[in-house]
Amino acid sequence: MPVNEEARVGFYICHCGHNIANMVDVTAVAEYAAKLPNVVLSRDYKYMCSDPGQEMIAKDVEVFKLNRIVVASCSPLLHENTFRTATSKAGINQFYFQMVNIRENASWVHEDKEMATLKAKDLVRAAISRVVFHKALEKKKVPVNPDVLIVGGGISGISAALTIANAGKKVYLVEKEPTIGGYMAKFDKTFPTLDCAACILTPKMSAVLKHPGITLLSYSEVSAVDGYVGNYHVKVTRKPRYIIEEKCVGCFACIDACIFKEAKFSDEFNEGLSKRKPVYIPFPQATPQVVLIDDKTCIHFKTGKCPQTCAKACDRNAFDFDQKPVVQELEVGTILLCTGFQPFDAARAPYYGYGRYSNVYTSLEVERLVNASGPTGGHVVLRDKSKPKSIGIIHCVGSRDEKTNKWCSRVCCMYSLKLAHLLKEHTDAEIYNFYIDMRTPGKGYEEFYDKLLNEGVHFIRGRVAEVSDWAINDHEKGKLVIRVEDTLIGMVRRIPVDMVVLAVGIEPGKDAQDIRRMFNISCSNEGFFLERHPKLAPVETFTDGIYIAGACQGPRDIPDSVAQAGAAAAQALALIDSGFVELEPNTAFITEELCCGCQVCINMCPYHAITFDDGKGKSHINEALCKGCGTCVAACGSGAITQNLFEDQQILSEIYGLLVE
Amino acid sequence: MNASSSEILTQGLTVKLEADLDKNFGETIAREAHGEKLFGCIQCGNCSAACPLSVWMDYTPRKVIAMVRAGFKQEVLSNRTVWLCASCYQCTVECPKGIKITDVMYALKREAIENKIYPKNFPVPILARTFYSEVKRTGRINEIFLLTNYYLRYNIFKMLGYASLGVRLFMKRRLSLFEKGMTNRKEFRSMLNQ
Amino acid sequence: MKYLYYPGCSLKSSGKHYEISLLAVLQKLGIEVEELENWNCCGATNYMSINENYALEITARNLGIAEKQGGDEVIVPCAACFMGFLKTQKYMESESGIRDRVNQILNHSGLSYNGKVQIRHPLDLLVNQLGADALTRTVEMPLKDLKVASYYGCQLIRPYATFDDQWNPHTMDDIARAMGATPVDWPLKSRCCSGSMTSTMTDIGLRMNYVILKEAKSRGADVIITACPLCQFNLECFQGKISRKLKDDVRIPVMYFTQLMGLAMGIPAKKLGLKQMLSPSLVLN
Ligand code: SF4
Ligand code: SF4
Ligand code: SF4
Ligand code: SF4
Repeated sequence: MPVNEEARVGFYICHCGHNIANMVDVTAVAEYAAKLPNVVLSRDYKYMCSDPGQEMIAKDVEVFKLNRIVVASCSPLLHENTFRTATSKAGINQFYFQMVNIRENASWVHEDKEMATLKAKDLVRAAISRVVFHKALEKKKVPVNPDVLIVGGGISGISAALTIANAGKKVYLVEKEPTIGGYMAKFDKTFPTLDCAACILTPKMSAVLKHPGITLLSYSEVSAVDGYVGNYHVKVTRKPRYIIEEKCVGCFACIDACIFKEAKFSDEFNEGLSKRKPVYIPFPQATPQVVLIDDKTCIHFKTGKCPQTCAKACDRNAFDFDQKPVVQELEVGTILLCTGFQPFDAARAPYYGYGRYSNVYTSLEVERLVNASGPTGGHVVLRDKSKPKSIGIIHCVGSRDEKTNKWCSRVCCMYSLKLAHLLKEHTDAEIYNFYIDMRTPGKGYEEFYDKLLNEGVHFIRGRVAEVSDWAINDHEKGKLVIRVEDTLIGMVRRIPVDMVVLAVGIEPGKDAQDIRRMFNISCSNEGFFLERHPKLAPVETFTDGIYIAGACQGPRDIPDSVAQAGAAAAQALALIDSGFVELEPNTAFITEELCCGCQVCINMCPYHAITFDDGKGKSHINEALCKGCGTCVAACGSGAITQNLFEDQQILSEIYGLLVE
Repeated sequence: MNASSSEILTQGLTVKLEADLDKNFGETIAREAHGEKLFGCIQCGNCSAACPLSVWMDYTPRKVIAMVRAGFKQEVLSNRTVWLCASCYQCTVECPKGIKITDVMYALKREAIENKIYPKNFPVPILARTFYSEVKRTGRINEIFLLTNYYLRYNIFKMLGYASLGVRLFMKRRLSLFEKGMTNRKEFRSMLNQ
Repeated sequence: MKYLYYPGCSLKSSGKHYEISLLAVLQKLGIEVEELENWNCCGATNYMSINENYALEITARNLGIAEKQGGDEVIVPCAACFMGFLKTQKYMESESGIRDRVNQILNHSGLSYNGKVQIRHPLDLLVNQLGADALTRTVEMPLKDLKVASYYGCQLIRPYATFDDQWNPHTMDDIARAMGATPVDWPLKSRCCSGSMTSTMTDIGLRMNYVILKEAKSRGADVIITACPLCQFNLECFQGKISRKLKDDVRIPVMYFTQLMGLAMGIPAKKLGLKQMLSPSLVLN
């Protein structure tokens, strides 16, 4: 076993209560370690991470003149920092420390105590032979750029932007749609209080626009991200509106003047239930109040032969048909992703007849139908303009289904109740809710359910099997027949209705995977952004300085999204106010004398950390950009690249320790 | 219309067409039971589990509530379930939504009698009606008259099973033919006829 | 305090020994009661099942008579009558429509009920008004080593009564303790005895009584005490039949709490209606 005469190792093994001690004979390991070369002291202790455990290290360093520390306990993810700090408090460099994970790697994964103990001994031996060759290293501090990028201008992004800007920081809010507001802008009322969604949202939207600390980049998308925590370099592509944003005052004269007298094209904001012109504004309170031209339907862009009556009507000369996408570059220190969700595509549940029967609607369509500024002015009418006398609302569409989305979308029960209430109010129809389980966990939610129960809305427990127009008696003729087992009564029922509403679930946004790759974060299996820890770090990601909030992380409603946005904002502000970030010193460096200037390493580095110094004819690594992946170290034919904490001698003696008793 | 499809598809007892439901039934019963909030029932089943008679019922109390508010009038009223309710009020004191299920059961019994759809030759409503007319007649209950009339209406042979018990009670002077009654039966009867 | 007394039909026939023993105990305690004049049947569950208006009216008539007769409180020993009285009182109190209609009808007989007379169960009177200590003082023959299962049945304590704990009633246990006996803790104290189902749905009725007798016995009770004529009747008069039918001897003395009190207070068996019992009653030595 390799020996370093100067090294005096203190070894500690933790019981972790029963977590380790039950499967690993900790006393035996401690006794074994005591006999290894360089080991001056070996102890076992119930909880090394406790205050007395940490203090013990400090005392031992002083008494036994230790200069290396090895702790065998849990995962470094959990406590490496704890013990590094304890080591440094004891007066020795924190990188003279090595941690051995004998919990996840031994006690938790084995059933044979003898073998688990043997494995623990091997791992401990490897760590001890490695730590004697550790060198003293310093963490580098780099300042944090206080500016923040927020991607997504739904309610989460809006809330976070206002919070951070109110704290005096500069915020760039990037929204891919022509307006901010997200899905909430489409909703009529919000559950369970039934406040009007627009009334509570639009003031926030205009606050964003007016806030001196917020730069709103609407109709824009992030196209590249570079850099590292505290110092991100971002490229944002601004899509052409063909309108000069600063000049447009939102008078809509151009819309009236458009050569299309009638609106002809499907209106996205109203879920296709109404029409718009090629020059349009998504909705009256759109923010910013700037029109845009849809170049796929505009005659000018299709044929080049339009008299451009719109532009002529604009007395502010706001039109610019030659606009091209513009890339804007931003420097920010932290990034919040609030990119939201997409609703389940109802056509993927063909048994409910969406797209086949015209009176089958999605919940979002109905949100627009009940909205006073919606396509029908708030009159709930079917496509033939008649008023429905009976309406069936089907819960869990696309959710809780192995074939589509396995998860519960969390919001559908409550919004179905809300729609039931609104539809009842608007039409006085018989309303049926078909549910599998009624899930109302939220403040005032169960009470809202109780209110609905007593409003005469029918609740039938059972998953609807099919919606069809197959009538078997006069009563069903001309209706949509819902087939369901009323599981509480134990009978199959056929319920004829005029209108079917599909409570579509929440799923990851279309572009979630692209965003994930661009920002170098992870997604969980179902495709929502993965938080660093489901309980203790719900808005952080595994990439430092990048936070997530809202439905991009998982299905959630407005109150939860806003709360999460606040949490993400607080995390970002905490980082900004700490002023700097410490970089791990496990970076690579080039010994210039050995570098032959072949530049092989430069293209290998996935983080663009290596540049070539033409003057010297040598490569150079930017420590701040290097993530310590080690690729270049292996690639360098001259052996000119070394990586801190992973020097050859350290790795080789670790391997030796592992293999040779 | 293809009435035949309808017949085929509803042959079993497990399919129900909306056309065959009485949509106002729930409202009617709720009103009859003093505005009971039976529409607030969350179908938790506590009432059924609490009910000491539910093991003998065809529909548990929970199911009765579900059927009532969904309009299954015929099923509920023609079934013996509601008549098995002994009015012990256990369900009522336990219901998390404060629904007085016992009062709903009473309302259903009254509705069944009014609509004359209770199970045929089922003893409970017969006893109730006998009791009712006995009190109306004399103001008080004399158990001998009550039971004799009851068995006359229900099944005279069943009475034989109780004969010896009756005789023993009679001997112990716990049944009497000549219990002192009310003195102003006429006034009492006229009160009920108002 | 002037106590009126409403016996109800049962206490005049199959539950005669309840009346006899109750009156004997009250007399011994120096409490005078005056029977309600010309009272009528309370209607029990049957009137509610047929016509709710009538059910409320006939009970209100009794309450009207009580007010007219000038009592402060009316003692109602039968659990079913007691519940019916409370229900009527409650409905007349909370629903003005019912109050006005019922009083209008009572007016024809020169009666009305305005909530002046309080409705009281003897258990309430004895335990809450008089107090257990007062009862203990009257004991002449403490019921030492006697294990008593108190059986309250259903309507005595729910849904309207407030004199005892609806979930774990104890007033009868308090009395048993005051008499020197040991109450048995058991979970079926307030389980329904099936009421009149023993004569309508006999099979069900007998089984419901079986589980009660069985549980009391297996908890080591020497005697079951009750405060409801229907419970007492069912448990006492059918226990032989139940034991034969279900091939399990569940026979056990079932008596009114007032009979038990009388024994401890040294009242002669004759004055407690013990002779009128069909099943073996408690023999004290
Ligand atoms: S260019 Fe023509 S078609 Fe396009 S928006 Fe203007 S007027 Fe309309
Ligand atoms: S270690 Fe990895 S990140 Fe660092 S310079 Fe080399 S290749 Fe780039
Ligand atoms: S206990 Fe109440 S809420 Fe629960 S099922 Fe019965 S009636 Fe409904
Ligand atoms: S009152 Fe009727 S339904 Fe309710 S628990 Fe008692 S017997 Fe059952």
